[in-house]
Amino acid sequence: MYVYADNAATTSLSPKALEAMMPYFTETYGNASSLHSPGQRAAEALQAAREAVAAAINADFKEIYFTGGGSEADNQAIISGAMAGARKGKKHIISTAFEHHAVLHTLNKLEKEGFEVTLLPVHENGVVTVEDVAAAIRPDTALVTIMFVNNEIGTIQPIAEIAALCHEKGVLMHTDAVQAVGHIPVDVQALGVDMLSMAAHKFHGPKGVGALYARRGVPLVNVIEGGQQERGKRGGTENIPGIVGMAAAIGEATADLPAHMAYVTGLREKLIEGLSKIPHSRLNGDRDKRVPGTVNFCFEGIEGEGLLLWLDQKGVAASSGSACTSGSLDPSHVLLALGIPHEIAHGSLRLSIDVLNTPEEIDHILKVVPEVVDYLRAMSPVWDELERGLTPHLI
Amino acid sequence: MALYSDTVMDHFQHPRNVGEMPDADGIGEVGNAVCGDIMRMYIKVKDGIITDVKFKTFGCGSAIASSSMATEMIKGKPITEALELSNKAVAQALDGLPAHKLHCSVLAEEAVRAAVKDYYDKQGIAYDPAVFGCDDCAKAHEHAEG
Repeated sequence: MYVYADNAATTSLSPKALEAMMPYFTETYGNASSLHSPGQRAAEALQAAREAVAAAINADFKEIYFTGGGSEADNQAIISGAMAGARKGKKHIISTAFEHHAVLHTLNKLEKEGFEVTLLPVHENGVVTVEDVAAAIRPDTALVTIMFVNNEIGTIQPIAEIAALCHEKGVLMHTDAVQAVGHIPVDVQALGVDMLSMAAHKFHGPKGVGALYARRGVPLVNVIEGGQQERGKRGGTENIPGIVGMAAAIGEATADLPAHMAYVTGLREKLIEGLSKIPHSRLNGDRDKRVPGTVNFCFEGIEGEGLLLWLDQKGVAASSGSACTSGSLDPSHVLLALGIPHEIAHGSLRLSIDVLNTPEEIDHILKVVPEVVDYLRAMSPVWDELERGLTPHLI
Repeated sequence: MALYSDTVMDHFQHPRNVGEMPDADGIGEVGNAVCGDIMRMYIKVKDGIITDVKFKTFGCGSAIASSSMATEMIKGKPITEALELSNKAVAQALDGLPAHKLHCSVLAEEAVRAAVKDYYDKQGIAYDPAVFGCDDCAKAHEHAEG
């Protein structure tokens, strides 16, 4: 058995989305900007897709801008919010310490351009509070950008409350909802956000396509200059097959959402219960304020990369926030933001399941994870010292 | 191409000489848990020859494979030869390591040297301190060479 439990990294393409996309590669391949009939058929498909994506998040189709993915949508939203503020002399941006790098690196770039960035703490439970945001808002705050669901630990942030606060204070609010759309209800009217990013491949759509929702009246700044595509806000010939695939996938993902959420939550609870039996382990992130499918654990005394390699051998695809898997010397900035010490953060495991996973697959995960943790602990000098009482257990 | 060579994966999945040695003549431990790599190496020495080696490693796949390979390369060898084991030789024996994993082979080299140093200290054997370098992980990263 091989279990794919890395859906927060990416998902398989839905067969229905693939089927919807196919004609747009070979038959209806026209450029949506062309006047001839193949082009006009592509333009019709583009419009239908825009309406479908808008409907899925309760937006108007004119508020949907297709992009080359979630990162591009984040970049554009933040740069747009920053520029809109700068025109009024507002050059302060609020975000959190555990955002995706698409957000954090864009903020770094803006800092170099003279913007001031406040990264709010996310507390031990991985949830930012409205009070923290309120305390950080200043007269010169241009934008608040806070992710809806954290990609590593799955915690849900109080976006509606934060957006309400922002509007009261006249501050633009963006949320990176890449890990939320298709997994929990996302209604831009109920949330009240000004901008929202999404990525198709996180909900069984194709890679390389995403969208930015921008409420009417929010002045977008181009990240990609070009033609008049996307109401002039994103140059480049539209990726019609990708966009059509995204629309099909979002429709499918949101159609039976309550049932899907209940099913995935059931699997997740079983997973948390089983993994909690491993001694000196801890669940990272709030126990309840979490997306149905994401589970993140730390196991003391082991390192995450070895864990992942063994799990792959034993039929489980997962991910980790260890330094060795990040390609840097530091473990995941998300786990560090929760106040988890480096030596514990190296031993993290993220399992992200979804509606395609079965109870049997959860059983398989729960069989092999303890085996691998035991095996790696047996050869770990760190575990040896913990067990001999030479260093205190931290968890 | 996979991240690791077949040799790395073989040593990772079937590590040689893994375990402890209660009656070790020298024990070396390098790295630190904050950096995410710790290697502990035990050696048994008779007549200047390393007769047995064991290791325990906390670290990624390449750290485990580097430890395993290093133990194979020094087992049965004179101490003087073990001291000449370079990170480059370990990495080459593993059919290469990705650039950002070369520090694992440096740690293996340092673990061997730390074990020998411990043996010398315990036996009261004089040595040139300059022969034994750093055991700090940040330096290990800087010193990594392919």
